[in-house]
Amino acid sequence: MDFTLTPEQETLRADVRAWLKLNMPEGWTHGSTITSDIPRPEAYALMRGWQRKLADASFIGLTWPKEYGGRGLTFMDELIVHEEMALAKAPPILNVLGVGMAGPTILAYGTEILSCEEIWCQGYSEPNAGSDLASLETRAVKNGDSWVVNGQKVWTSLAHIADFMMLLARTDPEAPRHKGITYFLLDLHTPGVTVKPLRQMTGDAEFNEVFFENVRIPGSQILGGVNDGWTVGMTTLMYERLALGFGLQVRLRIALDALVGLARRMPKNGRPASEDPVMRQKIAQIWIDTESLKYTGARAITKASAGKLTWVETHQRLQELAMELEGPYAQLVAGSDRAIDGGIWQHTFLRSRANSIEGGTTEIQRNIIGERVLGLPKG
Amino acid sequence: MDFGFSQEQEMLRATARKFLENECTSTFVRARMAEPAGVTDEFWTKLAEQGWLGLVYPEEYGASGLGFVDLVVLMEEMGRASMPGPFFSTVVLGGLAILEAGSAAQKKEWLTKIAVGEAKVALAWTEPSARWDAAGITATAKESAGGVALDGTKLFVLDAHLADALVVVARTREGARPEEGVSLYLVPKGTRGVEVKLLPTMDQTRKACEVTLTDVRVGADALLGAKDGGFPPLMRVIDRATVALCAEMCGGAQRVLDMTTEYAKIRVAFGRPIGAYQGVKHKAADMLVDVENAKSLTYYAAWAVDENVPDAPLAASMAKAYVSDAFRKVSATGIQLHGGIGFTWEHDLHLYFKRAKSSEFTFGDATYHRERVAQLIRL
Ligand SMILES: Cc1cc2nc3c(=O)[nH]c(=O)nc-3n(C[C@H](O)[C@H](O)[C@H](O)COP(=O)(O)OP(=O)(O)OC[C@H]3O[C@@H](n4cnc5c(N)ncnc54)[C@H](O)[C@@H]3O)c2cc1C
Repeated sequence: MDFTLTPEQETLRADVRAWLKLNMPEGWTHGSTITSDIPRPEAYALMRGWQRKLADASFIGLTWPKEYGGRGLTFMDELIVHEEMALAKAPPILNVLGVGMAGPTILAYGTEILSCEEIWCQGYSEPNAGSDLASLETRAVKNGDSWVVNGQKVWTSLAHIADFMMLLARTDPEAPRHKGITYFLLDLHTPGVTVKPLRQMTGDAEFNEVFFENVRIPGSQILGGVNDGWTVGMTTLMYERLALGFGLQVRLRIALDALVGLARRMPKNGRPASEDPVMRQKIAQIWIDTESLKYTGARAITKASAGKLTWVETHQRLQELAMELEGPYAQLVAGSDRAIDGGIWQHTFLRSRANSIEGGTTEIQRNIIGERVLGLPKG
Repeated sequence: MDFGFSQEQEMLRATARKFLENECTSTFVRARMAEPAGVTDEFWTKLAEQGWLGLVYPEEYGASGLGFVDLVVLMEEMGRASMPGPFFSTVVLGGLAILEAGSAAQKKEWLTKIAVGEAKVALAWTEPSARWDAAGITATAKESAGGVALDGTKLFVLDAHLADALVVVARTREGARPEEGVSLYLVPKGTRGVEVKLLPTMDQTRKACEVTLTDVRVGADALLGAKDGGFPPLMRVIDRATVALCAEMCGGAQRVLDMTTEYAKIRVAFGRPIGAYQGVKHKAADMLVDVENAKSLTYYAAWAVDENVPDAPLAASMAKAYVSDAFRKVSATGIQLHGGIGFTWEHDLHLYFKRAKSSEFTFGDATYHRERVAQLIRL
């Protein structure tokens, strides 16, 4: 057991820190830095630029092999970079799905169409296939060397700005449910793809419906083989939770620092809320849970669902506490000059409700722990 | 960052588990619960033969000279077995107090004896006020001919009735701050004016006493460490003991989770194993999350106190806050998921449930430690 960093890791930390000092993007204002959630629409352009800059400096895809533009480093190194970005309040990485999920999956299954600059989205969920993903109905039919796709995806985050999609489609309707699905890498600029943004309860439209009408995908864009998509898709989900374990821990830390700041500013019975014994208890518990997540993330990668559950529960509690600290001011949103911090907390609070749904609901995570970790019988 | 245990530590764990499964059976534990001693000479000798009574003392005292993380491994296993007896009070509390504060001669005399099983030492610290801070220390040590006279009442003193010596925490001077003017004295068994009364406790595996000190005269050589300077070393001992206790609690919680998972696989209701029902499965998953996070924080704290890093007290408090809640919840859920059999005296679950309760309030509960966390992070 050893929690000290190696000399190489110390150097990496110093490098990132120095680089961030010189390269923070222009137009990245404090107001938008305390959000713990994924990028908002008005920041997309800025963030594409930011991502390119990070890629040029090799701070993206650290764990990818060198020949694919990565640095062949470990997840621990990646965590260091994320931590420094959080400390510097740098913008988050827009292409979190590409870097954290598509990249590693593609690497695991060996195709070479990778660059750190594209934006990826994940086309798994459908109107009739969410938790029960294996019941998906989007069809891909072989036609010569390519495949023709018809159907619909839903809740597809970032599809409206993405270049590529990790697409799961049914290629053998006769086979057992898990055995007739294929994993495609779809260029979203292909004719026949229609993306329709869906408005969320935050008011933003960050996810979409995606329709496919005779969309042609070359056979070379299949990952892992025909009818083998389920296994590949599950690999992506594993990387998602892994990426979450690291990236989200850092986002939680940013939100927590902001929360502490909020507690010092908001009054409670004539004193700063940070001096109120009950508030101190609640904040300290969130602090403890955030730390535990850091170490559980490092220890129990195989138990990634445990980390996800802790993250979700802690983050939602944090956002609820921000509302409690604001009291009646919690009602005021962006647009009111009386709104606290420009109303950003109202947005992050609303957005946090999705945490327990996206990437597999908390109920499904508990099923996974119960069945795969503890070995309890299936329901 | 390396969270793994070394090969030697894994071996220690395996040895300890096997030893305790053979020597510390449920029958043995229950026999000790029914008696005042809580230990047999034979069992104590065996612990000495394993080298565990001197596990963390330097080799010059005929001890094993291992690190604190090794102790944590051992404590986890002892917690798993719900081991009764004065191991914790002697090896961790009394022994570490002598190691931290004692003179060369005191260490030589007492640590050598503890390591071979010839002496037991208890720490007489807390008082009827049940405070864990320096202000709670009101027993006095006043100058008297050739030494001091001790007066006061110590409560919740673990295994004082078995001890060959007590480390008594007393106030030698009213300082500007309560942390000043605290001194430690080593009081041998049988000294006039010491009265020890065993208290009936809910957790019968852990024996606690009331110690009344009435004009107890000891010589100047009874002073342990610097006069008026006893509080800092005491806190170092308590931080370590807190982490060791957390490890013991983690071991107990893991055992409850194991028992519950096993039972959920075999107990059938309405034609299916109860573990197939989500009402049961999801509770088990939550238990796992609690246990994993508890271990993460405990292991980190073990490393932190072992290396004496600046945030060691914070790490200890984070661990104790989390583990106190976790063990209480896990052991209660364990009973719930066993149904009626879980409520019987016959079943071992209540041993863990009660141990969770006594441990929760030893060295401060979650509320106390969350406030300490709030202070240490300068909220
Ligand atoms: C903000 C956001 C972004 C998203 N982004 C993407 C994306 O980029 N790509 C993508 O493919 N999907 C995305 N999703 C979709 C997400 O993965 C699904 O919403 C999720 O898997 C749940 O599916 P569902 O909505 O169909 O709900 P359902 O599966 O219908 O679930 C409804 C309720 O039933 C519960 N439930 C279902 N089955 C069980 C069971 N076996 N045991 C116990 N309870 C059960 C669920 O937990 C939930 O509470 C996103 C969702 C959100 C909210």
